[in-house]
Amino acid sequence: MMDFLLQYFPEQAGLLSAEVDAIYIFMLAVSLFFTVLVVALSVIFSIQYRKRNEKMPEAIHGNLVLELTWTGIPLLLTLFMFAWGTAVYIKQVRIPENAKEIFVVGKQWMWKIQHGEGPREMNELHVPINQPIKLTMTSEDVIHSFYIPAMRMKQDTVPGRYSFMWFQATKPGKYHIFCAEYCGTKHSGMIGSLYAMEPADYQKWLDERIKNPLEPVANQPASSSSVESPVVHGEKLFTELKCITCHSQTSGAMGPDLAGLFGRDVKLEDGRTVPADETYLRHSIINPADGIVQGYSALMPTYKGQVSEEQLLSLVAYIKSLQSKKN
Amino acid sequence: MESKKNYLTNGHTVGSWLLTIDHKRIGILYLLSVTAFFMLGGFFALLLRLELLTPRGDLFTSDIYNRIFTMHGVAMVFFFMIPAIPAAIGNFVLPIMVGAKDLAFPRINLLSWYLYIIGAALAFVSIVMGGVDTGWTFYTPYSSTYSTSAVTSAALGVFIAGFSSILTGLNFIVTVHKMRAPGMTWFRLPLFVWAHYATSLIMILGTPVIAVTVLLVFLERAFGFGFFDPRLGGDPVLFQHLFWFYSHPAVYIMILPSMGVISELVAAFTKKRPFGYEFIAGSSLAIALLGFFVWGHHMFVSSQSMYAGIVFSIITFLVGVPSAVKIFNWLATFYKGSITFETPMIYVLGFFGLFMVGGLTGLFLAIMAIDVHVHDTYFVVAHFHYIMVGGTVMGYLGGLHYWWPKMSGKMYNEALGRIAAIGIFLGFNLTFFPQFIAGYLGMPRRYHIYAEEFQIFNILSTGGAMVLGLSFIIPIFNMLWSLKFGKDAPANPWNAKGLEWTIPSPPTTHNFETTPIVTEEAYAYAPHDKGGH
Repeated sequence: MMDFLLQYFPEQAGLLSAEVDAIYIFMLAVSLFFTVLVVALSVIFSIQYRKRNEKMPEAIHGNLVLELTWTGIPLLLTLFMFAWGTAVYIKQVRIPENAKEIFVVGKQWMWKIQHGEGPREMNELHVPINQPIKLTMTSEDVIHSFYIPAMRMKQDTVPGRYSFMWFQATKPGKYHIFCAEYCGTKHSGMIGSLYAMEPADYQKWLDERIKNPLEPVANQPASSSSVESPVVHGEKLFTELKCITCHSQTSGAMGPDLAGLFGRDVKLEDGRTVPADETYLRHSIINPADGIVQGYSALMPTYKGQVSEEQLLSLVAYIKSLQSKKN
Repeated sequence: MESKKNYLTNGHTVGSWLLTIDHKRIGILYLLSVTAFFMLGGFFALLLRLELLTPRGDLFTSDIYNRIFTMHGVAMVFFFMIPAIPAAIGNFVLPIMVGAKDLAFPRINLLSWYLYIIGAALAFVSIVMGGVDTGWTFYTPYSSTYSTSAVTSAALGVFIAGFSSILTGLNFIVTVHKMRAPGMTWFRLPLFVWAHYATSLIMILGTPVIAVTVLLVFLERAFGFGFFDPRLGGDPVLFQHLFWFYSHPAVYIMILPSMGVISELVAAFTKKRPFGYEFIAGSSLAIALLGFFVWGHHMFVSSQSMYAGIVFSIITFLVGVPSAVKIFNWLATFYKGSITFETPMIYVLGFFGLFMVGGLTGLFLAIMAIDVHVHDTYFVVAHFHYIMVGGTVMGYLGGLHYWWPKMSGKMYNEALGRIAAIGIFLGFNLTFFPQFIAGYLGMPRRYHIYAEEFQIFNILSTGGAMVLGLSFIIPIFNMLWSLKFGKDAPANPWNAKGLEWTIPSPPTTHNFETTPIVTEEAYAYAPHDKGGH
């Protein structure tokens, strides 16, 4: 019986899968009850009150108690659904502090993935089980959506901003990754696999990948930089792109010091205060003039078109790391 | 009286139809046009279902497949579903129901049909030019900068057709306010009129937003204005806010008129005043109003803020309640009725079953935790087809059979009508129920090629689509058959209440020879009932 039912559920391979399925099963039960109720009453009334003679039935104008009952019961029931669904949703979006960082860039029609330790993969994602995984995601072109049915998780990847998603695999195995947001010709080919592995196996895989990186893929710099961690890569870029000329503790007034910046609130020249999160950092590299920090002038040139989304992710990762050094 | 020409015989030239300002003839023009788009959209659906029989791409390339599902959506949503009941049936019966000789602005009514036709022609041009591949939702920046398909003409088509809907809404509102016959108080109005009044409010308040939105897409595409593409300084998610600000209320443009039809049919075939008339009327307005504040539930995983998601979620649950209220009131009307089961009533029963499933699965989707999993999967596809086809099309066909004798002056074949209604109900369930399962298993929508484990559900779905497609042909055949071979319809074949049944079938051009004076409420079936108001 259980096996028969389970074939109508995707594998419960994530920390929250069973919680989502529990609400789903509750909803199925509620729906079944009300559907049977309405269908049964329609059938019973249809038979009982079918036309028997030419006499017109008496009018029944309504009944306030009944109206309040069938407004009140659905209202209370839906409020309960809302509360339960929202409680689980908050778990779905609140990312645990200790999550392992992985970067995802969607592009027509592939998923480019980089681990915090450096290795890159294409349309494949290897993760250790029993550890929360945080995905920092963006897109190079149109909107995509990173979807892992076995984890019951999905998040759009939006060009021009970062979005985040987390999951924790609980069962080793290979699971589908789908692009869920329609993105053009090969939308249905923008698929991949999640490999959830025992932590020891994952470590072996990671070490192997650090030693023997994948062949560089199209659109990616062919340098050996693919084994560098995003932070190290970002630090190099920080020098190569001459960011360091202005954004250093020694250069004084030219550009704000970036150490300890991440996570702080930043006062801007136009009076706004914005949180220095990933999206703010990315935006300030691409469109520096949009958010000049109070006390500075608009000297910084735009890096639009000069850095790829992967390089941006590395720069952001490096700037974030500046915080941890200072602390 | 007998020798008087009816609206169909009053002029036989092409010009007498194409330049008519008679609301009934314009209704017929709409009926023909929306039926044409229904067949076109249905044909595309058939192609989709055939392709999806196997997980591989057998019949079409992905590019062609993407164009087919887009054109299916555009044809069905903008050119069939939105105008179907209001512009075809509503145009015909609403003025008669309130005791008027025509709508308030007959010429604007004709203009609205021409705008629809121009919009439809542009949509058709985009098919001829190779089709559109953006999905009917036109999400940016794919639609505005990346797609190489004929987006511009389709977007302009939707833009222009939008004005047709605004003008129809305007006409209905003014007509209900200013053209009611003496004695036709607000609470004597048939519930069909209440539903159309609520729908018209949405048409007027919501449609300009979609019109402007597709115009912005057009400007970004044609001239590179940066509204939505981040490379041009725009925000792609802004489009979704604007799009759904209209397109969610548009769901109620599609479903409210159908609910209005169901209220009429329930009353006519139980021979009773609808139970809780005021609650049914009020719930239409509540749905119209709340419907404007739920658009964000289409965007739970779009990177919208968690707090926004929570607010949209709870309002979405609230909008479900008035729909439940309607179902229970209709059901209570059956109680102690004198029920007969002509074709329209079979559609009512079908509507109950399908709308229940559609509405309840809407609650699944309002639960954010579930939506994160099933958003953009076949679960959503199944849900909205249960609402759109199960709700709107069942109401539309039920209404069409009910008022057909009035429109054509002929009776359709009752047996054939019932067979079609049952066939549609069964075929529909076979087509779309398996999609709930495929969706929860994780099959994303708009997939040309899919994972093999989903095949069994797709085979069932395609089988159902064949039954559904064949069943949809029967009413078309039945109506055409009736024109030639059907019995002449009496003025009131259903023994129903309502001003439209007091005038001949088909009506004369001016509907009423003398302005009717209304002395009773809309559903005064009961012999001893003096009416509530």
